[in-house]
Amino acid sequence: MAELHDDRPLIEPFAVKDCAVIAIATARRAVTVHELLDGIALIPPESLYYHFFTGLLQARFEEPEYNNDFAGWVANQLHDSQLAEQLAVVDPTSYSDPEALRSVLLEIIQVAIDGTERLSWLRASRPFDFVRSQIVIFDTGRRAANVAELATLLPELPAESIFYHFIDARRREPLGRDDFGPWLECFGPQTAPLVESLANVDCYFDNLAGLKQRIVRCFEEHPEAAS
Amino acid sequence: MTLLERYAGVAGHDVMEHLRQLAGLLEGASVVHVNATPEGGGVAEILTPLIPLSRELGLDATWEVLEGSPEFFACTKRIHNAVQGQRTVPDAAALELYDEVNARNVRRLTPMLEEADFVFIHDPQPAAFLRHLPQRRGRWIWRCHIDASHPEPRVWRFLREMVAPYDASIFSLPAFVRPLPHPSYVIPPAIDPLSEKNQDPDAAAVKATCARFGLDPERPLIVQISRFDRFKDPVGVIVAYRLAVRFVPGLQLVLAGGGAADDPEGAEVLAEVRAEAGDDPDIHVLELPSRDDLTVNALQRAADIVVQKSLREGFGLTVTEGMWKGRPVIGGDTGGIRLQVVNHHTGFLVSSPEGAALRIRYLLYNQQARLRMGATAREFARESFLLTRQLREYLTLMVALRDRAGERIRLG
Repeated sequence: MAELHDDRPLIEPFAVKDCAVIAIATARRAVTVHELLDGIALIPPESLYYHFFTGLLQARFEEPEYNNDFAGWVANQLHDSQLAEQLAVVDPTSYSDPEALRSVLLEIIQVAIDGTERLSWLRASRPFDFVRSQIVIFDTGRRAANVAELATLLPELPAESIFYHFIDARRREPLGRDDFGPWLECFGPQTAPLVESLANVDCYFDNLAGLKQRIVRCFEEHPEAAS
Repeated sequence: MTLLERYAGVAGHDVMEHLRQLAGLLEGASVVHVNATPEGGGVAEILTPLIPLSRELGLDATWEVLEGSPEFFACTKRIHNAVQGQRTVPDAAALELYDEVNARNVRRLTPMLEEADFVFIHDPQPAAFLRHLPQRRGRWIWRCHIDASHPEPRVWRFLREMVAPYDASIFSLPAFVRPLPHPSYVIPPAIDPLSEKNQDPDAAAVKATCARFGLDPERPLIVQISRFDRFKDPVGVIVAYRLAVRFVPGLQLVLAGGGAADDPEGAEVLAEVRAEAGDDPDIHVLELPSRDDLTVNALQRAADIVVQKSLREGFGLTVTEGMWKGRPVIGGDTGGIRLQVVNHHTGFLVSSPEGAALRIRYLLYNQQARLRMGATAREFARESFLLTRQLREYLTLMVALRDRAGERIRLG
């Protein structure tokens, strides 16, 4: 590991990106739980992504009761709190393969349909509109050559950078990790507690401003990582 | 100071950097926007600043206006209403005229349209352009600014035939989208923070506007700015005012709107509104020239509450305008207003004159809530509904169409 430490000048600076998401309607709608089931079975993976994550990029005025669009719609439109809770507890970051995530959702909904006849008869007053997205990745021009520089940069980063490096990264990184961890590990074993601390941040319950604060706090609590 | 620098001062440097990076990929591209009216209405308001900003970013952007007769605009108004759900169908002669006028305009603009890299056709009026232009080089995008969620079926079949061959369409909300054989992007419209309508006027201008229309600045004021159109429910606003004024003595109401060249129904609705207002001296029905943006700005700033009690609404730019001025908005629970008015945070969504009256009373009774919601509304407008965000999405769409991009477009 000491060798890694000595190689510091060769470590590529951390290039800070940010992003914007543009929505594309699928024109597919659901007003019943069966149509929701059919929709989830047929939509492209990027549509699953949109309905789980893109809400984080939008302005939030209060704590959302449910953390993905499917659960929120079942709760607010079909008024089935049991199915809503079962959908809300699905953690998309646990699934590196979107098809595995899709299977879990389909199974939960099918079991709920089989379990109660009432659910099949419910109709929403406002349909669920399935949407997919394209994501544009921008270079902010900001670079961090070492851990201390990244710690200094973090508080001023836009929310979209946090989204890209901490949430979107989980789809890009083979092991479903954020972008900071693998880069920090290049600086040697003293960064391990910081990397672990970042890995323990639950990215699913904060808005992006809150998430940024948590990440900044991780860096503050581990000054040894920059030594 | 350049235009880009001025927008950066309001919208922030990050979004301007996004615009530069996207525009860098499109440098020199010719972009033609076509709509039906040079002034009045939301589309003209958006295009007025969009063209110079696009040009400063290095695009060769131009704006063409369709030329039509009053009979043509009467037909397109019916198409417009039918797309928004009214059970009305233009007769065969009117539809023939629609097609002829489109063909004539295409002949007038053929070289430009054939050579353009991107053509944005706004709304149904010029939607038939593409069918009259067999040779085209660029990508064509149909921008639908209205709520097409429940169209009159025969009119939609007619229109669908026109728009299906486009390369993409744009709607303001996912709920407005009809199935089409190309990607349908969802891009909410936006306001221009630097326009005369939205920049900060001095207090004297607001005071002078109040004096000009006989408004008492010491008494509460509610304002609805919109075309005199039945979908905007101006009569419903008067009913709400009458219910509220019993509890808020001295309440004043302004209903102000400009005409638009493509809206032949305006005069008829204006007469209905004047009849409903009767001789109440505190109901001010104002017919404003379509470019009197400083007056609109001053009226919105003079208001304690901005109202947009639409029954159907594509998006409702006047909602964003009110929010940008730090006013809570009472809006009809419909269409794009739902995206802007977040209940108890930026205003209230209502479904009846009674609901509007109740919220008017609440906000005028509770000054703290009114000011808090107004401040939240302004920040929400800054974050979500400024022209810079809209242009970023238009540029993204252009890059995506040109490069046949997949899910990810990597610029950095």
